[in-house]
Amino acid sequence: MEVPILKQGQVLIATFQAALSDADLNQLRSALVQQVVRFRSRAVIVDVTAMDVMDSFASRTLREIAHMIRLRGAETVIVGIQPEVAFAMVQLGLTLEGVATALDLEEGLAYLNQKFKIMK
Amino acid sequence: MILAYPVFCASGGVSRQVPCASDEENNLMVKRDESSELLRELVAHLRQNRTQLREEWVGRISETRLLTAMTKEEIFAEATSVYDSYVEALETETFEALQAYARNLSERIIPRGVETHEVVGIVLLLRDVLARSLFAKYQTDFKKLNRILDAYEPAANRIANTVAVGFVQERERVIRQQQEAIRELSTPVLQVRERLLILPIIGVIDPQRARQLTEQLLRGIRTNRAKVVVIDITGVAAMDVTVANHLVQTVEASRLLGATVIVTGLSPEIAQTLVTIGVDLGKMNTVGDLQGGIEQAERLLGYKVMALAETS
Repeated sequence: MEVPILKQGQVLIATFQAALSDADLNQLRSALVQQVVRFRSRAVIVDVTAMDVMDSFASRTLREIAHMIRLRGAETVIVGIQPEVAFAMVQLGLTLEGVATALDLEEGLAYLNQKFKIMK
Repeated sequence: MILAYPVFCASGGVSRQVPCASDEENNLMVKRDESSELLRELVAHLRQNRTQLREEWVGRISETRLLTAMTKEEIFAEATSVYDSYVEALETETFEALQAYARNLSERIIPRGVETHEVVGIVLLLRDVLARSLFAKYQTDFKKLNRILDAYEPAANRIANTVAVGFVQERERVIRQQQEAIRELSTPVLQVRERLLILPIIGVIDPQRARQLTEQLLRGIRTNRAKVVVIDITGVAAMDVTVANHLVQTVEASRLLGATVIVTGLSPEIAQTLVTIGVDLGKMNTVGDLQGGIEQAERLLGYKVMALAETS
């Protein structure tokens, strides 16, 4: 299942609708990395609220997405990680270091708006 | 000769076949009969000398400084009922009543600080006192003494066992109950300002409590939409490596939910533990005391607290 990517001003928003296969994740990665430059976006929000399991591949891919997007000149915020998922990830050592996180989409947007304001 | 086939006795009009008691079993039965007869004799002896033996026992108890938490009168009263249940258990060879009594006794004396060794000690003393009186009574007839002791010892040991186990079980029950109570008052997650939680932790953290704590905190972050959490561990003297690791994981998991964690009030020992396990200090945000932690949290949230006016 493909992940829809919405454009909201200067931000791209990708919302996971369900647990994704590895192929879907790879597809999402290349789509995001292409579109972030095409739309001249300043940030990407990946919403993982719907994921109640996060395996090591998904978590690694999220980190890769964040790092690739930084190299493409934008920022990534991962939002909506479930409490149980968060703790499971940490126990597996998948801490998404260097990637911004927020409670939910609203928080993520607030975080980015604040940041853009400072940068202006 | 070994009997290869069971031999069946004809048993009246009933068609059921019952295996015959072999000679050996008959011997055993005779022995058992004899031993219960001896026990009866023994019980009669103990009943007869109740007052004297009981006093001797109480004397021995205070001599060996057991049950110091209880007054002399209390010891005497308890000793009387223990003695009677003891004799009754010997007589009936059933231990349920004694077991119930032991549990009841434990319930009463555990809160007063009576230790396991004391309870075991007094029961063993009673066993010794009674054995001595048997020696004195049968010193002329050594064979009889031997047989009486054969009957007495297993029963006495079982009684000692029953009482000790009853006491320990009661104690464990109390401990379990208290653990339950501690767990219940364990970990409040409190909101002090919009988007700011504090989690004061007091007492020893074991792995189970640590897990519960993490769960509550992560859930609290979600329901209160917290951005900053202050974990105050002033009330925790020390933690082992497992729990320290768990704390670090909790901090990281909170970050994944978009909340910043500030840990305050680390004792020197905990600081040492964290350094030993090699915590990445870039991830851990620590402040000396709770006040400092809350101040920093307010800064992070963009609050500025000031006095309304100078009070003269």
